[in-house]
Amino acid sequence: MEKTPKWVDVALIPLLNLLIAFVISGIVVLLIGEDPIKAIKVMVSGALGSPYGWGYTLYYATNFIFTGLAVAVAYHASQFNIGGEGQATLGGLGVALVLLAFPWPHWTIALIAAMAGGAIFGAAWAAIPAYLQAKRGSHIVITTIMFNFIGAAVLNYMLVNVLRPRGSMDPATARFGPATHLPTFHDFPLVGQFFSKSVPANVSFFVAILACYLVWVLIWRTKLGFEIRAFGRSESAARYAGISPVKIVMAAMLISGGLAGLMAINNVMGEAHRLVLNSVEGAGFIGIAVALMGRNHPFGVFLAALLFGFLYQGGGELALETTIPRELITVIQALVILFTGAFDNMLRAPIESFFVARANARKEA
Amino acid sequence: MDFGTIIEILDSAVRLGTPLLLACLAGLFSERAGIFDIGLEGKMLMAAFFSGAVAAVTGNAWLGLLAGVGGSMSLAFVHGLASITFRGNQLISGVAVNFLASGFTVLIAQSWFHQGGRTPQLSGNGRFDPITLPGAEAVKDVPFLGPIYSNLISGHSILVYVAFAMVPITWWVLFRTRFGLRLRAVGENPESVDTAGISVIRMRYTAVAITGVLAGLGGVYLATGLAAGFVKEMTAGRGYIALAALIFAKWRPVPALGATMLFGLLEAISNRYPNIDLGVITLPIQFMQAVPYILTVIILAGFIGKAIPPRAGGQPYVKER
Repeated sequence: MEKTPKWVDVALIPLLNLLIAFVISGIVVLLIGEDPIKAIKVMVSGALGSPYGWGYTLYYATNFIFTGLAVAVAYHASQFNIGGEGQATLGGLGVALVLLAFPWPHWTIALIAAMAGGAIFGAAWAAIPAYLQAKRGSHIVITTIMFNFIGAAVLNYMLVNVLRPRGSMDPATARFGPATHLPTFHDFPLVGQFFSKSVPANVSFFVAILACYLVWVLIWRTKLGFEIRAFGRSESAARYAGISPVKIVMAAMLISGGLAGLMAINNVMGEAHRLVLNSVEGAGFIGIAVALMGRNHPFGVFLAALLFGFLYQGGGELALETTIPRELITVIQALVILFTGAFDNMLRAPIESFFVARANARKEA
Repeated sequence: MDFGTIIEILDSAVRLGTPLLLACLAGLFSERAGIFDIGLEGKMLMAAFFSGAVAAVTGNAWLGLLAGVGGSMSLAFVHGLASITFRGNQLISGVAVNFLASGFTVLIAQSWFHQGGRTPQLSGNGRFDPITLPGAEAVKDVPFLGPIYSNLISGHSILVYVAFAMVPITWWVLFRTRFGLRLRAVGENPESVDTAGISVIRMRYTAVAITGVLAGLGGVYLATGLAAGFVKEMTAGRGYIALAALIFAKWRPVPALGATMLFGLLEAISNRYPNIDLGVITLPIQFMQAVPYILTVIILAGFIGKAIPPRAGGQPYVKER
């Protein structure tokens, strides 16, 4: 049996799925009485047309790289981690506690400590669902959904009752010390002049790129990564080969939760400089679309995160400049998840049989 | 706490538990037929919007109901297409359905009504008004039973009574009819159903459609019974709580009633008493809100009885296998 060429699987099918999602989004825009061409123009110029737009696009993309990697790593172990939102929320709590605990002298030390705090809290929030899945067979999707809600309640409690500074009505922590503020793109030598002061993209972007590389090394260049992939392909075969399911599920989910928790260095440490309610803003869920689009490969996740960063920032501009609400991005996101995830077989089956038939015909000729 | 207060809290528990009950029974049909549905939230939201919108425009709650159920059914069809016809991942499809509803409702609401993603306030025939059961006024002053009948049992919208009636109906359909037997068999062992010459695909589409209707009624009740109109994200996680209740009830209709009313009661109590002082510790409102989710995790972990889902749940059926 002939296989379909690799480029069809990693490029053609995702792009076609994306195209369908965009066309339907365009129809929705038409339905609400707006011009889709104008909408695209506003989005492109809003997200890519200025250093300001670029700065925001890269800022959002940073969030989505972390949450996309989180979903992807779990997916390789055939675990659908839908709890990125909760893990990133708790990661924010970890980052905030670390940054408020000490008067940090310099952002570099603070960043390393904050990364540890965010990753540990995020991993801890994934640990319980992972343990219950591995040891007691509770469905990881349902438990991680539940943990999203429990996480939101925990954060709400902590901000309202514990971390809120005296005299403040706002459910948020105190501001972090100025020494912990991460350098933004404006502060960088050479490229700094291209970005204005208000741009939130910061060094976390490079941490995210490093994370992409490390995830690639982990999945394709280490023994653990091999075991994760083997387990993800066939649990029974992996078990037969002596791979411990408990170890793999725990390892994959802890890494996944840690990556989701790491996101907080961007939004909490890098941008808001304090922890507020709902600081994750749905990035945990966008990670699902990003991982699906990126075929669970770190490079694909990186590209898909850039695309969603563009959509997010462009969608914001759309809401400002036209009467199209920014919820259009939610619709696009839903359609991307639907077509690249759930409807994947719709295009895949006919395209694959086309290529197989062509290859067979060539062999006979 | 006096008797009148208890009745009031129970009354509000029934109101808050009703949308959960409808959504929970909706999920029951789907999951018993082997289709996981985490898109209940989205279906309810879509139904809430379309019922609110059409009821606001026409001033007729019944037309709103039709539109709401239609909106929910269309998402049920999308989910069916993904999980039955295209054999896609049912969980991913459910996630997509939730996002689709969340974005789509605000987009259309803003375009139609320009009120920041809500529909106009419903009044008069646009809402399902409370029904006073016969004799409710007369027995009002009878001690004990009077308030129970006139305040707790009487005085709800018709959808509340429909929801409660659906519990025995669901039980009867699932466990006492040939259709119910086949539906459950499709969720446990589709191969055997197929061998018996019954279409697995048609059974599953039927189940998904019933789910669409029931989840739709839950959403309609939110917008036209509990509240007076649609508000952005008004389901507020109820679809997920219904899912939690379904697991809590171990996929059975009568326990589903118990679970959803328990969760309704928890919500009613935390609405009335934000912080509960137990003497030793004070339970904060955030804890009360998280209780349904925490209970579900505990149930799933098998610490209070084991919750075993239908065996073929989540797997697409492939005939050749």
